[in-house]
Amino acid sequence: MIFLRLFLTFSKIGLFNFGGGYAMLSFIQNEVVVKNNWLNNAEFTDIVAISQMTPGPIGINAATYTGYTAVVNDAAMQSLCIAHPSLICLLGILGAIVATLSVVWLPFIVMILVSKAILKHKDSIVTHSIFGTLRPAIVGLLASAVLVLLCNINYCQLHHFFSAAYNYGINSATFGSLAQSKVQFFLSIGIFVSILVGTIRCRWNLIYAILGSGIVGGIVYGVFGF
Amino acid sequence: MGINATLFVTFMKISGFTLGGGMAMVPMMQAEVVDHHKWLSQEEFMDILAVSQATPGIFAVDMASHIGYKLNGIRGGIIAALGNIVPSLVIILLIAIFFTTFNDNYWIEAIFKGIRPAVVALIAAPVFSMARRANINRHNVILPIASALLIWLFGVSPLWIIVGAALGGYCYGLYLKKGGKK
Repeated sequence: MIFLRLFLTFSKIGLFNFGGGYAMLSFIQNEVVVKNNWLNNAEFTDIVAISQMTPGPIGINAATYTGYTAVVNDAAMQSLCIAHPSLICLLGILGAIVATLSVVWLPFIVMILVSKAILKHKDSIVTHSIFGTLRPAIVGLLASAVLVLLCNINYCQLHHFFSAAYNYGINSATFGSLAQSKVQFFLSIGIFVSILVGTIRCRWNLIYAILGSGIVGGIVYGVFGF
Repeated sequence: MGINATLFVTFMKISGFTLGGGMAMVPMMQAEVVDHHKWLSQEEFMDILAVSQATPGIFAVDMASHIGYKLNGIRGGIIAALGNIVPSLVIILLIAIFFTTFNDNYWIEAIFKGIRPAVVALIAAPVFSMARRANINRHNVILPIASALLIWLFGVSPLWIIVGAALGGYCYGLYLKKGGKK
C-alpha cells in the first residue's frame, strides 16, 4: 500500500534528519530513488532544482513532490482509477499531504518536549552557561553558511583562491562564472554588496529586496538576454 | 486577528518569501519574530536557532514549532508549523500537476540569476546583528571563528559544532554550580 510506505519512509527521513537542508538530500535520495524507486535520478535532480527556485524548506518541497509523483506512478493506484482518470490527481494530492506531514510529525513531538524543558529550566545556571557558549558558536555557524555560498572551496584548495580556474574563489553557482559571463559576475557582486549595505544600513524590507533583485535579473538576463 | 491567526499568517509569510531553504529562512524569521512582533528577544532567537539545528527535522519547522508553542501551547506550535509548510506544499503541488518543465523556463532562470546573490547578502546581514548580541569578547571570540572555519573549509557538520559547544557550556555550568568562581 503506497500511502503506508510513504508514511513510514518519510517518518524515518524526518526523524533521522539533523541540520536540514542539503544534508537531508542524500538521505532522501537513498530512500526515494535507490530503495523505493519512486523517482529516477533525473527526476530527483529536478526536485533539487525546483526546491532552490521555490519558497519553503527543501525537505518539505522534496516530500511534497515525491508524495504526489509516487502515488500517480503507482500501478495499483492507476488500476484503481481506470474508470475515473481524474481521480488519480486527487489521490496524488493526498499522497503529497501524507508524505509532507510524515516528515514533520516526529520532529515536532521532539521539539515540543525540548521546548518544554528549555522554558522550565531557563533560569538555571547550567542553561545560562550552555547558551552562553552556544550563541557565539551559532554566529560562526551562520557565517559559515554565508561563506559556503560566497566561495565554495575547502582547505586543500586554499592556494587556488585567486586563480581564474577557480573563478577567483567566488562560488559560480550563486555569482556566475567570470569566464562565461562578465555581466553576470559583476552584476551579482553589485547586487550582493548593495543588498548587504541596504539591509544593514538602511533597513530595507527583505521582501522588496528579493523582488527587486528578481526584477533586475528578469530585465538584464531575460529582456536583454545577457 | 487572534494569536493563532497571526501565528499562521506570519509563518506562512516567512516560508513563502524564503528561497533556497535552510539558513535562508533566518533573516526573514528574525525580521518578523524578533523585530516586528517581538515574540522573542535576539538572544532567545539565537538559542532556538541552535536547538533547532541540533534536534531532528527541518530546522525552520522546528523553530516555528517552538515559537508557536511558547506563545500558545501545543495548538500554537501546530498552527505555526502548518503555516510554515502550507506555502511550499501548495506551490510544489501546482508545479507537480501543471508545470513539469518549470526548471527549464527561460524567465525563471533569468529572475533567479538576480535573486541568488541577493539571498547570500540577506543571510549575511543577521550575522552582524547576532554577533553584537552574542556577548562575544576576547575570551570566546575563538568560538565563532573556529566554528565558521571548521564548517566552511573542513566540511564539519554543524551538528557536531552545536553538540560540542553545548557540552562545553554544560561542563562549565556544572563547574560554576559547584561553587567555582562566579
